[in-house]
Amino acid sequence: MATPPTTSIIRVENLWAAYGGTVVLRDVSFAVNRGEVFGILGGSGCGKSTLLKHMIGLLEPAEGRVFIGDDDITRAAGRARLGVLRRFGVMFQGGALFGSLTLIENVRLPLEEFTRLPPEAMDLIALMKLKLVGLLPFARHLPSQVSGGMQKRAAIARAMALDPGILFLDEPSAGLDPITSADLDALILTLARALGVTFVIVSHELPSVLAVTDRVILLDKNSAGVIAQGDPRRLRAACGDPRVRRFFNRETSIC
Amino acid sequence: MPALPSPPTPATLEARPGESGSPCLVLSGSLDAQGAAALWRAAVEAVERAAGAGDGGSAVAGAGAAANTIMVEASAVASCDTAGAALLLEMRRTAARRGAELRLSGLRPEFDRLLAPFDPGEFPSGRFRPPSPPVVEEVGRMVVALAADLRAQVAFVGEMVVEAAGAVVAPRRVRWKDALLTMERAGVNALPIVALLGFLVGLILAFQAAVALRQFAAETFVANLVAIGLLRELGPLMTAVVLAGRSGSAFAAEIGTMQVNEEVAALSTMGLSPARFLALPRVIAGVVVTPMLTLFMNVVGLLGAAAVVVSLNIPPTTFLSHVRSAVTTGDLLGGLAMSVVFGLLVSAVGCYRGLQTGAGAAAVGLSTTAAVVSGIVLIVAADGVFAVIFYALGI
Repeated sequence: MATPPTTSIIRVENLWAAYGGTVVLRDVSFAVNRGEVFGILGGSGCGKSTLLKHMIGLLEPAEGRVFIGDDDITRAAGRARLGVLRRFGVMFQGGALFGSLTLIENVRLPLEEFTRLPPEAMDLIALMKLKLVGLLPFARHLPSQVSGGMQKRAAIARAMALDPGILFLDEPSAGLDPITSADLDALILTLARALGVTFVIVSHELPSVLAVTDRVILLDKNSAGVIAQGDPRRLRAACGDPRVRRFFNRETSIC
Repeated sequence: MPALPSPPTPATLEARPGESGSPCLVLSGSLDAQGAAALWRAAVEAVERAAGAGDGGSAVAGAGAAANTIMVEASAVASCDTAGAALLLEMRRTAARRGAELRLSGLRPEFDRLLAPFDPGEFPSGRFRPPSPPVVEEVGRMVVALAADLRAQVAFVGEMVVEAAGAVVAPRRVRWKDALLTMERAGVNALPIVALLGFLVGLILAFQAAVALRQFAAETFVANLVAIGLLRELGPLMTAVVLAGRSGSAFAAEIGTMQVNEEVAALSTMGLSPARFLALPRVIAGVVVTPMLTLFMNVVGLLGAAAVVVSLNIPPTTFLSHVRSAVTTGDLLGGLAMSVVFGLLVSAVGCYRGLQTGAGAAAVGLSTTAAVVSGIVLIVAADGVFAVIFYALGI
C-alpha cells in the first residue's frame, strides 16, 4: 500500500506477561503504524490472545507498557482510560454480540451511551454501519438468527460504531468457511483503505493473513516472544529461521 | 481518515440566499458525533424549510427546477466522521421526501468518500422499532403458552418416573457417579442451611404457641403442636423450598448453560437422551436427599422447640413424652412421602427448565428463575393435593 507518513499509533514496549508462574510473553516490543493492517501470528497457545488482551487493557502486564497514541493504557485510569478506550473497537473471537438485542440495537448501544445524537440519527448511523458490513437486510434479526460469519461482521459494525481509528480483531476467520472468510478479508481491506482504519488482527489462518496484512509479528510458544516481524509474504518467501519457515509453509513437526 | 485528535471547532449551520435564487445552507466546523448531535434537528428543519420555500417560490415565480434545488456549501467542514456523513445523508433524504434535490458542494474528497457507499433511498426512515402486537393477542399468546408449559412440565415429570422405573430394571444405565455428586451438593451441602432454618422454625413456632397456650396454662402442649406441625407439614414444605432455591435453580443453570453451549445437542447427536443422561441422576439425587433432609429438619426443629420448652421450666422428659404421644408413625411417614414427591417435582422441573433454555446468556437467567418459581408453585399445589388425600384416608 502507499504508506502514509509512518507514525506509530500503537506501541508495545518491553511487555512481560505471566499466568501464575508461567511466562507467556517475554519482553515483547513492537509498534503498529497508523493506517496499516497489522497481524499478530503464531500457533495455538503462543500468547496471541494474551498479547491482544494486554493491548486492549483487559489484562495488566507484569511489566512493560502499551501506548495507544500517546496514552499508556496500562496506567490510564478513570476518565483518561475511557478516552483511550474510545479510540479503538474490538471484535471478539465469538463476536460477543449481546444476545438479547437485535443487530441494529447492538450497533446502536455505544452510540446511545456515548453520544447525544437524536434517536433517528443513531438509527441511521447504525444502519450505515450495518450496510458497510453488508447486513442491512438483517438489522432486526437477533444474533442467534444469523450465521456465525454474519455475527462476526455485525461485531465489526458494532466495534466501528463510534468511528474508532483502530480496530482489534481476534481471530476473524476462525470458524468461518473459506468464502465467508474471504468476504471478511475483503471487508477489512475496504475499511482499511477507504476509511484509513488501523487494524490489528490476531490470527493463525495463513491465507487470510497473507491476503490482508501489511506487516506481521510471529510469536513462538517456546521462546514466549516475537521470533520474526515484517511483510508476511517476504517472511514466507525467505526466512532463515526454521521456526518461521515451519509456520509459513505448514511444515509439520509430527511425523 | 478518522479525525486526528485536533481541537474540534464547533459545527455550525447557516442559511443564506444563494446566487441563483435557490436556498443555500452553509455547514462548517467538526461534523463528528458531537457536532452532528448539535446540528441534527436544526439541519433537518432547515432543509424542510428550504424545500418548502422552494415550492412556494416556484409556485409564485413559476421557475421550476432551479427553486427545487437546495445548495449545501461544505467547504468549511473541518472534519467529518460517520455521524457527519449520516447528517448529510439525512439532509439529502429530507430534501428528497419534499421533492427537492440537495446539491452538496465543496466537501473535501476524503469526507466525500465516507458518504459514497450510501444511497439515501435504501434506509427505512423514521424510528426503527420492532412492531408490537396488540394487547389482546399478547394475552392470548401468554395463556396458550402457559397451558402448554404446564402440560409439558407434567409430561416431563412423568417421563422422569418412567426413566426411573427403567433404571430399576437396568441400574447400569444410570450415571451413578453424577447422582452421588449431586446428592452431595444438594444434600450434604444443604445441611447447614436446613439446620439453621429448622432450628429457627421450631424455636419460633414453639415460642408463639407458648405465648398463646400460656393463657390456658397449657404450655406443655407446645410439644404436641410443634411436633405435628413440623412432621406433617412444615418439615417437608420448608425442606422442599430450600431444595428449590438451592438445587432446582442450580440444575436449571447447569443444564441451561450446557444447552447454550450446544453440549445438550452434542449428547442428542451421540444418541444419548439428555433426559436420561442429565436429568435422571439429578432427579434420583433429589428424590433420595429430600426425605433425608426433611428428617434432619424435623429433628433440628424439635430441638429448637425443646430449647423454648426447657426455658419455660418444663423438663425435657415431659417434652419428649408429649412428642411421642402426639405423633404417630403415620404422621412421620406421611410427611416423608410428601417430601419424596416434592423432591421429584423440584428436581424434575429444575432439569426441565434447564433443557428448555433458549439462546443467549439471558435465557439461562430466565430458566433459573422459572425453575424456582415453578418448583415452589408445584410444591404448594402438591401439598394441597396431599392434604385432601390424607383427610380422605383419615391419616
